[in-house]
Amino acid sequence: MRFTKDHEWVELEGDVATIGVTAHAAEQLGDVVFVETPEVGKTVKAGDAFAVVESVKAASDVYAPLSGEVVEANAVLGDAPETVNADPERGGWFAKLKVANPAEYEALMDRAAYEAFLQTQ
Amino acid sequence: MQTIGRPTRPDSDAAAGGFASLTGGRGLVQSEPLIFELGGWNKTGVDLEPPAQDAADLDGLTRDELALPGLSEPETMRHYVRLSQLNHAIDLALYPLGSCTMKHNPRLNEKAARMAGFADLHPLQPVSTTQGALALMDRLAHWLKTLTGMPAVALSPKAGAHGELCGLLCIKAAHEAAGQGHRKVVLVPTSAHGTNPATAAFVGYTVTEIAQTADGRVDLADLEAKLGPDVAAIMVTNPNTCGLFERDIVEISRLTHAAGAYFYCDGANFNAIVGRVKPGDLGVDAMHINLHKTFSTPHGGGGPGAGPVVLSQALAPFAPAPWLVSGPEGLALVEEARGEAAQAFGRMCAFQGQMGMFVRAYAYMRSHGADGLRQVAEDAVLNANYIKARLSDVMSPAFPEGPCMHEALFDDAWLEGTGVTTLDFAKAMIDEGFHPMTMYFPLVVHGAMLIEPTETESRRELDRFCEALRALAATAKLGEVERFKGAPFLAPLRRLDETLAARKPKLAWRPEPGTVAPAPLAAE
Repeated sequence: MRFTKDHEWVELEGDVATIGVTAHAAEQLGDVVFVETPEVGKTVKAGDAFAVVESVKAASDVYAPLSGEVVEANAVLGDAPETVNADPERGGWFAKLKVANPAEYEALMDRAAYEAFLQTQ
Repeated sequence: MQTIGRPTRPDSDAAAGGFASLTGGRGLVQSEPLIFELGGWNKTGVDLEPPAQDAADLDGLTRDELALPGLSEPETMRHYVRLSQLNHAIDLALYPLGSCTMKHNPRLNEKAARMAGFADLHPLQPVSTTQGALALMDRLAHWLKTLTGMPAVALSPKAGAHGELCGLLCIKAAHEAAGQGHRKVVLVPTSAHGTNPATAAFVGYTVTEIAQTADGRVDLADLEAKLGPDVAAIMVTNPNTCGLFERDIVEISRLTHAAGAYFYCDGANFNAIVGRVKPGDLGVDAMHINLHKTFSTPHGGGGPGAGPVVLSQALAPFAPAPWLVSGPEGLALVEEARGEAAQAFGRMCAFQGQMGMFVRAYAYMRSHGADGLRQVAEDAVLNANYIKARLSDVMSPAFPEGPCMHEALFDDAWLEGTGVTTLDFAKAMIDEGFHPMTMYFPLVVHGAMLIEPTETESRRELDRFCEALRALAATAKLGEVERFKGAPFLAPLRRLDETLAARKPKLAWRPEPGTVAPAPLAAE
């Protein structure tokens, strides 16, 4: 699993990346009340806003950590946005991307680097 | 000696609290259900003959199916007065909502707004009969232009965000007229009001965030890196939502203009600089002015807001209709984008804007005068700094260096380890008799508490407020967590489940199935 400075996580299996927000992000957001996942078929560039997460505190964009095409969105989040709080780094995934450039994955932080990054925040 | 009388002092501990009435009442402050829950479906408060036929455009719907409460005038009056007793208002106490400028609404404004010549006007009256009102709008426009150092103003926008929309539509029209319609990006600092990116997105722009420096200002290097041939505008609030003046504002505007973009300034915090700084001198191209903030017209309740937009020379030709012109027969309104006004982008609303707010704002300006308005800004900033100074030893200011402007911003670092959150602290303030400050905004500060006292408050009132916060802060640090987690204890309603309200909002009242069987009104 890899991480971004915007508190997203990515898990790459073959050329499909599963993306969500980290446990740290879910805790900071507070109770999540709404998630807008991207449409299947949409092409995104790394750094593009591709989903929205809304809590009672704030609405935030979620940025695509990698470039690629959206192949699946997590339908569970429509009716149960609280899954993001309950299980952020597994069941609370946002979308799956067919990755255009796997090298982008390698450039992201590993867990140790992300934990170190959190210490600086 | 006369010994018969009534006791005039409390003589038991029961008077000190922990008391529940028999029927759920709360003394003379009554709890109050929704007007629909008061019942009355089978009666009417006004004894009129039923209409001979229901209006055809109701699509066959009859009164019997609507379950409308048929309350009498005293029942209706009491319902709304009871609700008003459950409300909180600037007329009751300090209202420290940061970024909202909840200042006193002087009664002189109300007196002026109720003058028949203003209050009884209809927007479609012939202009020959509304010359006084048009003259007031013209004078208000003059004051707004003078105070901001800007050559033009669109009076019609009806609130701050509506003003932002007006300003960005002017910018869009100006770019399109110059063959620059390909500019699609609007730059917005991370500390901006949420309306800024929302407005830009609504107009069809893509929003890119500008980073913030460690001392709470726009990061010039980041701004410069992001300004390019695709940028249509930047939207910057000054003073910003951290309550800080953007020291590099002139450089920000120079860089923006050099890149061919326009500078939209969010004028929500104009109260901090009115009479002291002219945004036109800073290179601003468009700025809305919340009359319901800086110029003391009511926030909701007493009426809608108003958000006139001042415009630079470059944007003035694109201002929306209507506007005032002086002619041989007095003042007239230009209502359509044609002839000399052909570049106007359209209009923001059906008529001229919020006349009642124009009268109140103008009354405020004239009763203060130019020197009085300058003192407004000075006192608002002084009051905020007083609060910052009095609380900085027990709470943690987000930007301790130097003075703040009109609002004092604290983070939640001082609550760390207490088990008390910003939300808990805010709720406990209600028990102490104070409306909470703005919390969790701006987003760039963790657990933010944004306090804006305005110039309204006296030293005594500021001291009462600070003493309450100091007492709460001390209690939190002593570990009395229950006082916070359970708060508010003394409000008409206890802690509400905001998460449930957001996830499963109930947007309309519906009778519980089976509980309401509206009886037909007595027919002939």
